[in-house]
Amino acid sequence: MTVRLAIPALILLAVAAIPFAAPSLQLLMNLALAKGIAVVGVTVLLRAGQVSFGHALFFAIAAYAAAFLSASMPGADLVLVLVVAVAGAAISGVLVGLFVVRYRGIFFGMLNLAFSMIFWSILEKFYHYTGGADGIRLPRPTVFGMALERGPFELIMFYLSLALVILLGWFTVRWFASPSGQLFQTIKTNETRLQYLGVSPQRALLTGYVLSAALCGVGGVIMGIVQGVVTPEFAWWIRSGEMVFIAVLGGAGSVAGAFVGAAIYEIVRTYASAFAGDIWQMLLGGFLLVIVIFAPKGVIGIYDATLARLTGTRANDGETRK
Amino acid sequence: MNLTIFLLALFDGIAYAALVFSVAVGLTLIFGVMRILNVAHGSLYAVGAYLTVSLTGYILALGFAPVLAFPMMIVSAVLVGVLIGGPIEWLLLRRIYNKPEVLQLLVTFAVFMILEDVQRLVWGTQPYFQASALQAMGMIRVFGVNYTVYQLIILPLVALVLLVGLRFFLRHTILGKLILATTEDREAAQSIGIDADKVFLLTFIVGAALAGLGGALASPTTSILPGMGADMIVLSFAVVATAGLGQIEGAAFTALLIGLGRSFAVYVWPETAVLVPYLIMLIVLLVRPEGLFGSPTARKI
Repeated sequence: MTVRLAIPALILLAVAAIPFAAPSLQLLMNLALAKGIAVVGVTVLLRAGQVSFGHALFFAIAAYAAAFLSASMPGADLVLVLVVAVAGAAISGVLVGLFVVRYRGIFFGMLNLAFSMIFWSILEKFYHYTGGADGIRLPRPTVFGMALERGPFELIMFYLSLALVILLGWFTVRWFASPSGQLFQTIKTNETRLQYLGVSPQRALLTGYVLSAALCGVGGVIMGIVQGVVTPEFAWWIRSGEMVFIAVLGGAGSVAGAFVGAAIYEIVRTYASAFAGDIWQMLLGGFLLVIVIFAPKGVIGIYDATLARLTGTRANDGETRK
Repeated sequence: MNLTIFLLALFDGIAYAALVFSVAVGLTLIFGVMRILNVAHGSLYAVGAYLTVSLTGYILALGFAPVLAFPMMIVSAVLVGVLIGGPIEWLLLRRIYNKPEVLQLLVTFAVFMILEDVQRLVWGTQPYFQASALQAMGMIRVFGVNYTVYQLIILPLVALVLLVGLRFFLRHTILGKLILATTEDREAAQSIGIDADKVFLLTFIVGAALAGLGGALASPTTSILPGMGADMIVLSFAVVATAGLGQIEGAAFTALLIGLGRSFAVYVWPETAVLVPYLIMLIVLLVRPEGLFGSPTARKI
């Protein structure tokens, strides 16, 4: 049991040391953390047995909300930008959610895709407001009234992202264990039973949907601030597919898996794109097939199985850590 | 809006609806029989278009007449169905019929990602344009509006033949009846000696070939470039979902509805043209979640 907890703790410490031990990795890791938070959003839905091919929608909404706010209010504070952006994602989550929670399976996945494609084409077509395919700049926000230089600001963003990863990861795991989270997960196992208990499955799914939208929003706004520019590519279906891919790679339904998956994904992509840029989607698709068919529990499943073999204990599902 | 613009929008809408229908009908056929939503359908459409452009370019370079572009479309569609559709069903889908819906979606989505890159590797990222089939048919004048024969007559005709032909095939031929029987009850069909595996394989090949045919038909009217598959899968899903999954005749109606809605939007408020199909879908699904022609499924307890 100690090994089980010690290894994630060591990994977290190693990540925290990156800005000093390996500064060249800092930006990469920051993007991975942002993406990881967004992937947790997709993971939440996987717990209810639903997959969304359009969650980049909320990723982009938060990023664009941050960019519009910064444009209309130069020198806006970081905290304000974060809160407004995530609120934007959550509100859109409620609006889209009210519609899509009436569906399951294929319809749920494809309707989400349709919403994200609509938003993407709005971003592309109404270029007077959105800057079209070039996107809009997201100037560096002030931090508690101070305008920081690039170096310190990136450092703050890195540790803020790490703190959010721990906080939101913990929150999500706790939420899964809460009554509301338990009802939410029952949609996967036995939705009819929920109805017989007098609980509205739609409302249970909506709660989780809004949480997942907000998580994607957090990831999107961090990504936007760190990159300094937001483009329609944020809402593109490939981005959504990427999130689903990482969620399944890490371990379908595992919060820790989402972060491990995001880190592995970003690192591999950075080094592989040099010589495999042309076939990147193909590699992703191939891996996705292999995981879905041969290792449906993903990296976390493999980790648990290995640990169980080493320590001789039976692994629990490994979904409640971190 | 004067008469000329009205007619132009009407003709655009009909031509577009005919194209979308030939793609969507394959999607809905596959779903109706196999209960799988093939996300890779959009890629098959794109590959069909690319293949037609390459084959047509090749035979034109050899000095054949431009009319031969039409047989090339059929050749491309068959190639897509047999060479891509066949292996997908045989190697992948066959393993996942009993898995949860989410896994099935993930598998076809993975195939979609792979095929998108395959297109880019084979055909590159530069747009292709090959309109010899369009030019070979010439123009026609209707109520003072000049329009291409290809879009105004050939495309709707093909769509109509597909609709009637598919209906006849499913209801009045032995093979079609075998497919319907397997759709109704797979186990019962197997117990009377129907090879359900073969029926599924055949259905998928036909469905994939229809996607390829849609791409082949679209190729003279549009430039072929990466990303067209992603647009088409979402659009044809919108058509199929608005009609009700598995409804072939319904898909023809909603394709027309969505095609006309889109083409009138192009002339009235161009920025929204992309949105109209989805707005139609959302409105229909808000009122009738099972689609215009779908029947509500009984709940299993």
